[in-house]
Amino acid sequence: MAQNAKPRLAVWKFSSCDGCQLSLLDCEDELLAVAGAVEIANFPEASRAVGKGPYDLSLVEGSITTPHDAERIHRVRRLSKFLVTIGACATAGGIQALRNFHDVKNYISAVYPSPEFIETLSKSTPISDHVKVDMELRGCPINKYQLVEVLSAILNKRKPGISSHSVCIECKRRGTVCIMVAQGIPCLGPVTHAGCGAICPSYNRGCYGCFGPKETPNTESLAAQLTGLGVSDPDIVRAMRGFNACAEPFRKEGEAHER
Amino acid sequence: MPGNDSNQRCVTFESEQLQSLLDAVQGRGYEVFGPRVRDNTIVLDRLSSITELPIGAGTDQNNARFRLTSRQDQAFFSYTVGAQSWKRYLHEPTLRLWNAQRDDGGFKVDANQSLPPKQAFVGVRPCELNAILALDRVLLHGVAADSAYRSRREKTLIVAVDCGVAGGTCFCTSMGTGPRASSGYDLALTEIIEGDRHYFVARAETELGAEILEGIPHSVPTEAERTAAENVVASAAAHMGRTVDAANIRDLLVRNPSHSRWDQVATRCMTCGNCTMVCPTCFCTTTTDVTDLAGEHAEHCRLWDSCFTLDYSYIHGGAVRSSAKSRFRQWLTHKFGIWFDQFGQSGCVGCGRCITWCPAGIDVTEELAALREGNPPGNCPPIRKETPRGNA
Ligand code: SF4
Ligand code: SF4
Ligand code: SF4
Ligand code: SF4
Repeated sequence: MAQNAKPRLAVWKFSSCDGCQLSLLDCEDELLAVAGAVEIANFPEASRAVGKGPYDLSLVEGSITTPHDAERIHRVRRLSKFLVTIGACATAGGIQALRNFHDVKNYISAVYPSPEFIETLSKSTPISDHVKVDMELRGCPINKYQLVEVLSAILNKRKPGISSHSVCIECKRRGTVCIMVAQGIPCLGPVTHAGCGAICPSYNRGCYGCFGPKETPNTESLAAQLTGLGVSDPDIVRAMRGFNACAEPFRKEGEAHER
Repeated sequence: MPGNDSNQRCVTFESEQLQSLLDAVQGRGYEVFGPRVRDNTIVLDRLSSITELPIGAGTDQNNARFRLTSRQDQAFFSYTVGAQSWKRYLHEPTLRLWNAQRDDGGFKVDANQSLPPKQAFVGVRPCELNAILALDRVLLHGVAADSAYRSRREKTLIVAVDCGVAGGTCFCTSMGTGPRASSGYDLALTEIIEGDRHYFVARAETELGAEILEGIPHSVPTEAERTAAENVVASAAAHMGRTVDAANIRDLLVRNPSHSRWDQVATRCMTCGNCTMVCPTCFCTTTTDVTDLAGEHAEHCRLWDSCFTLDYSYIHGGAVRSSAKSRFRQWLTHKFGIWFDQFGQSGCVGCGRCITWCPAGIDVTEELAALREGNPPGNCPPIRKETPRGNA
């Protein structure tokens, strides 16, 4: 590919912790290759030099929580040929979407000494609620190998190898023993989207669903199973309300156990 | 030759000689794999000494539940199967098939040439032995023949061990696959503990097996020892945790695609795929391509797949089996039914893994019984003679 024809990459931040963008900088071994393959035109976390749009590929981190965000995302969309959201915030509203279950004004007055300066929306919403999203990368944070995979796939014009089945399948492929069956430890793996490589069960703890709901998740059946393991209703609500609390299947299941 | 050892070399050896047997196998250049206690269960891993075997370990298995227990004795093989099966070492969960490198204007392909080691499986249970034979039917012959499977399988030595204890989810007697290893092994052992005496009655089915037995201190089995061995197996047969009425089971499934039971089980099934991952005969795979960022290097890889994923039935425009109902029905109907049409046998060997390791606690034996309940015998399509897979 000729030097001047390099695809232009932009990285955007909305309400988020920066962890997902950092995954890109964390691609130590691949970072030079990334820098060689694309023109990093806009990535404030890495460089202050900002190249003007349009961009071939935009990676969007964070959720929409302020009126300003809600406007800015439309500009990002207009400047981007291909828009990929990265992480639980951009894809499902993130941990900050816990505000959606309560009146945000109460939080503001509890957290900020001068609440009158805070301009915020009542809900934290995913990017796809505002603009068309071409692809979503899950996780809190995303898996850096998945990020490189998406970049390579886009650069090489092929389908990215990103699966939406359960974490369990990854758990079994790597030969991890199911901690729910062998130890009775509650695990969200059966309803959670693959991508992390089943990290948590391999460290002897249950998946807490940071990749959000998988394709066709049966949260009701899992909740029944968790109840059988002695998990209380309030704890089922907590399990559903993590980084993907407002992803529809998790939100509904949480609410069903709230009564 | 089930139940008939007349053509076989048959010997008795004391439990202390088990290490000599392991040494004899290792001495012939085999990498030995066997059962070990790890992560609160029994896993299959490298073995260098018999002290690594699950000595005195028992298992307590039920729907969605596995617990290790301790026994009063020093038995090596009184556990029943854990989640992993030998499929892992014959039909690997992930495998790079080939890689390609860009090369002046074209590209160069390298097949995955790494030669597998000679491997010995020690402690293969009769159901698992039959699962390996089932995989052989699918992956050694016919249109689905797989060179990666063949290269591992041909270098595999099998030391089977009959079951003296049946697990809570076992039903090999229903499927005709155990609890005694009938054939397909190099060596088969029956472990016997009588008061202070701990010994094995062993039989060899191959020259290699006979040669290995010849090389360790042994004696000719007495009538009493043979009877003791038979009793061990009979006791397991009498204590199966589950049963299945396997008569005409293929017809039962083929006849009942619209049974209301499928809707019921679909409310519980999470389509997580665990059942297919643990099943020792589930062989489905998918492939995926990996490239580097510069587009200079590409790899083509194969991964275990499951008919419980949406992608599995994806064709142009969408997935054919979008509901949990259709995916569970596909699994059960294939495993216990259409396998007969394709491969001339059941796909289930009654190991009970799918029951124990289903996190929703779904029990195939219960589902099959419910399908049979009050089901009138009716017409159903005959088993195809010409199979599209060409394996029967
Ligand atoms: S440990 Fe969790 S992710 Fe792994 S198989 Fe069990 S339920 Fe699934
Ligand atoms: S196992 Fe679950 S919680 Fe842990 S990293 Fe993976 S998706 Fe996230
Ligand atoms: S039957 Fe059980 S293990 Fe299989 S996909 Fe359904 S819930 Fe998962
Ligand atoms: S269907 Fe279940 S019981 Fe039968 S062989 Fe597979 S895992 Fe074992």
